[in-house]
Amino acid sequence: MFGDYSLGDLGAIFAMQGFAGLILFSVYVLMALGLAIIFGQMGVINMAHGEFMILGAYVTWMTSNAVQQFAPWLFPGYFFIAMTLAFIASGALGMLVEWAMIRHLYKRPLDTLLATWGLSLILQQAYRSVFGAREVGVELPEWMMGSWQATDSIQIPINGMFVMALTILITIAVAYVLFWSSWGKQVRAVVQNRVMAGAVGINTEKVDRYTFGLGCGIAGVAGSAFTMIGSTGPTAGQLYIVDTFLVVVFGGAASLFGTIASAFSISQTQSTLEFFLSGSMAKVITLLTIVAILMVRPQGLFALKVRK
Amino acid sequence: MSDEANKGLNSPLRRKLLMGMAALPAITMLPRTSFAQAPATSVVNTTGLAVTDTEVTVGILHSVTGTMAISETGSVEAEKLAIEQINASGGVLGRKIKFIQEDGASDWPTFAEKAKKLLVNDKCAAVMGCWTSASRKAVLPVFEQYNGMLYYPTFYEGLEQSKNVIYTGQEATQQIIAGLDWVNKTKGAKTFYLLGSDYIWPRTSNKIARKHIEGHLQGAKVVGEEYFPLGHTQFNSVINKIKLTKPDVIYAIIVGGSNVAFYKQLKAAGIDLSKQTLLTISVTEDEIDGIGGENIAGAFACMKYFQSLDNANNKAFVSAFKKMWGEKTVIGDVTQAAYLGPWLWKLTVEKAGSFDIDKVAAASPGVEFKGAPEGYVRIHENHHLWSKTRVGKAKADGQYELVYETADLVEPDPFPKGYQ
Amino acid sequence: MINARFFNRSELIGFLALAVLLFVILPLSLDIFRLNLVAKYLTYAFVGIGLVICWGYGGILSLGQGVFFGLGGYCMAMYLKLEASSVENTKIQSTPGIPDFMDWNQLTALPFFWKPFHSFPLTLVAILLVPGIFALIIGAAMFKRRVGGVYFAIITQAIAAILTILIIGQQGYTGGVNGITDLRTLHGWDIRTDHAKFILYFVEVVLLFACVIAAQFIRLTKLGRILVAMREQEDRVRFSGYSVANFKIFAFCAAAIFAAIGGAMFTLEVGFMSPSFVGIVPSIEMVIYTAVGGRMSIFGAVWGSLLVNFAKTSLSESFPQLWLFGLGALFIAVVLAFPNGLSGIWADYVQPRVDRLFGSRKSGWNDNSVADGAPAE
Repeated sequence: MFGDYSLGDLGAIFAMQGFAGLILFSVYVLMALGLAIIFGQMGVINMAHGEFMILGAYVTWMTSNAVQQFAPWLFPGYFFIAMTLAFIASGALGMLVEWAMIRHLYKRPLDTLLATWGLSLILQQAYRSVFGAREVGVELPEWMMGSWQATDSIQIPINGMFVMALTILITIAVAYVLFWSSWGKQVRAVVQNRVMAGAVGINTEKVDRYTFGLGCGIAGVAGSAFTMIGSTGPTAGQLYIVDTFLVVVFGGAASLFGTIASAFSISQTQSTLEFFLSGSMAKVITLLTIVAILMVRPQGLFALKVRK
Repeated sequence: MSDEANKGLNSPLRRKLLMGMAALPAITMLPRTSFAQAPATSVVNTTGLAVTDTEVTVGILHSVTGTMAISETGSVEAEKLAIEQINASGGVLGRKIKFIQEDGASDWPTFAEKAKKLLVNDKCAAVMGCWTSASRKAVLPVFEQYNGMLYYPTFYEGLEQSKNVIYTGQEATQQIIAGLDWVNKTKGAKTFYLLGSDYIWPRTSNKIARKHIEGHLQGAKVVGEEYFPLGHTQFNSVINKIKLTKPDVIYAIIVGGSNVAFYKQLKAAGIDLSKQTLLTISVTEDEIDGIGGENIAGAFACMKYFQSLDNANNKAFVSAFKKMWGEKTVIGDVTQAAYLGPWLWKLTVEKAGSFDIDKVAAASPGVEFKGAPEGYVRIHENHHLWSKTRVGKAKADGQYELVYETADLVEPDPFPKGYQ
Repeated sequence: MINARFFNRSELIGFLALAVLLFVILPLSLDIFRLNLVAKYLTYAFVGIGLVICWGYGGILSLGQGVFFGLGGYCMAMYLKLEASSVENTKIQSTPGIPDFMDWNQLTALPFFWKPFHSFPLTLVAILLVPGIFALIIGAAMFKRRVGGVYFAIITQAIAAILTILIIGQQGYTGGVNGITDLRTLHGWDIRTDHAKFILYFVEVVLLFACVIAAQFIRLTKLGRILVAMREQEDRVRFSGYSVANFKIFAFCAAAIFAAIGGAMFTLEVGFMSPSFVGIVPSIEMVIYTAVGGRMSIFGAVWGSLLVNFAKTSLSESFPQLWLFGLGALFIAVVLAFPNGLSGIWADYVQPRVDRLFGSRKSGWNDNSVADGAPAE
């Protein structure tokens, strides 16, 4: 298929294709980070994760409308406000849900799956009732659209770079919070031994609530970022949930580094396959490969502890 | 046939009336039956449908929950508007239309179940409904078995014809061929890249498009064809392939939420739709609302209706629709086709002089609706509509600007020879 | 191996009550349309019974039961479709004698894997074997490597996603997203008539009771006890010399086969099969039916499927826009407040009163004391 093209063309395409893979990678990392915290650190299966993301997207949409109406001069930078608000909204809802529901279920991880599935149904219908069944389009400031002309033939999407930068920032922030802050040490202490952590004076309930809130807040930021590349509708969250879980499980549930490595390998596989095959088949083959590898190596790529 | 279409439109009195009664586009063409003169129920309803001396029951069957609610909401709104207008203008054979709405919940068996309920329990005289091909395929055996009447609004892949269904949207050849001819003639397009969501309508449509491109357009060829799972949101790889092959035309039949991702990513990747021709048959004004007009401006869409059509019928329809459902609502091709359903049914019933399904089905061919927002339409023997095909250019405000329409009505041909 | 009594008294009452309801009350009181709906709900009860065995007793939560339901359903649908696509029915096609969707996709010959479905006996075998073997492969690969709990749930979910995309993508062979539609006759017998629906309902109920009894049998034999033991303390069972993996594989396969029977009946009752029953959403919903009924109770699974679906239909008829709220709330309520579902409520609140009423003092060891343990993790 490459016979007819000049070397320069091919080089440009491969550069852009590599970048496409990196964007997909960023998307996966953003989706999976929040879940990796909730699932990996707390063992809670949050099926409503996608709905928390969509909440962030709707918050972005509302912010965009509000800014356009009341403070148009702010519009070029509104996205940063929107992301902050999305983090707060999703995080707050997450803490509320943890308090009302999740904390009663820590001993029954599979039941969290069912309960959060119920929650996701409720949230979907709530979005539909409040925002309408139709998709909403989020308007972006001019500077975030279009592409950066790297060379004559290489164009890099600006929103893609934005998502990548955001991913890097959030990953660093999460790593810092979890591994270097004293709060992060408390979280990890609770993960490793809840009873002992409680005994040495850590308020485990509070740690749980904030951890869950943090995970959901990151989901909100992810949703906010996805308004740039995807759609915002009541059921859009469902599209992400399986992929996200696979990324987390494939990486090894309790390992942040594993999540990132798995997001990288999955995204590169998928975007390369997509280039050579049709989109549907690329997806099937990627998923099949993941499942096959998971059958051989059930603990995922990077696991801290093996088996139950 | 186009002469007929314009008959009556020029009368100034009619125009004034139309403007005056913005909500009633077709009123002047219909004999105003007063309730007292209504024919006896025993005469017009011999098969036990839900018809009383003052009322007739029809069903509305669309998804108001689930993934398809996004698309089907507009159809529900249009059908309710049409029913209200018909009732305001005297109803059908002197009877007011009462509707029962059921939710298909974006789930095909639920559609079948609800269709059966509407026909068997509620004895609906007609059902306006369904949107996706899958939902129509699911209810079709139900309508045939229990002898109901379905008015189906969506443009679809063809390959189907039933006594019990009136297809008020276009079938694939109507929608596709005129658009391809146009883009070939005016843009000199020779190479086409076909894209679609992975299900029957895009696949069949692309098959017809490919046959037409390779068989009927001089020197034209297809340089790529790809499908994506429904709900797919990552198009960067295929966009790179498009950049590599540099087709004259991107022919896109992507549906639902994927659209939003596709056009946003296309724009972000530096493909400027004012220079790169893109022709779609799946993006109506409804979808643009989610995509954002600035992301799709410059693309061409080929269908039978645009909200911006400049004719008196359409102006009345648009203002009535906005009055009922809010200033911000937009109207797409399917919404307009859904609006035709109740009207066509009313006209057919009055032509047949009966609500009986068999008589309505038999009377359907030849029924004309001059008040259609898209302009004159007529039902073909194969229960599809004769309609014009139009090409519009998307603008940043979310509307299409009409750039081309076929001179004559295009004949529906659900089983096209040479395209199968 | 089997207890002196196959059912204890309360189970016997439950069995009889269900039998009277399904065999007598519903057929007499409902019109054929509603009865057909009940039949549709009951197809999920098959899945539910399987889940009771594999999830309630074995502690293996599968979120991919839709896969087996779908495979069973597709096997049946392929047979019916071939019968409906006889050469004279499909004269207008460019290749008569093959299903219409194949013709639309330019297939000119029947694919090899469709050929066995010309024969009814082979179809019946396939309905049981195809899902069974598929479950065996998945189960062997996973359980031998001791994948369990949450991981198993997520992997089964991924398998459901893969199969859905595959079916939709290969529409020339599978009918794509529309599924296999317009099924008419079974062995020359029109399944669309009211009379046929009535008979099919009874066939289904009989099959359902056969499955109930089979499940009860599994539960009461040593096998069932090992499953429970495994759920509670997997390592101890392993150290006692049992092959935990094999028992898990068995439970998973049994659940798959039950689900497949349900799927095949679904195709007969509803008249078509589509990938929308294979995916993640229906799979989770089937788990929910079981959870509502009570994951520890075979009868609970049947009641759960009936009641949730009944609620779904009636809520969506009266409040089409709001039924998801109710459904979501129901899931949360069941998980939070009644982890053993309806059967748990029955056992905790109603049963003691009934016992008191009859003056029964039967306490101590019976099978329920094993079963009503803590919910599976």
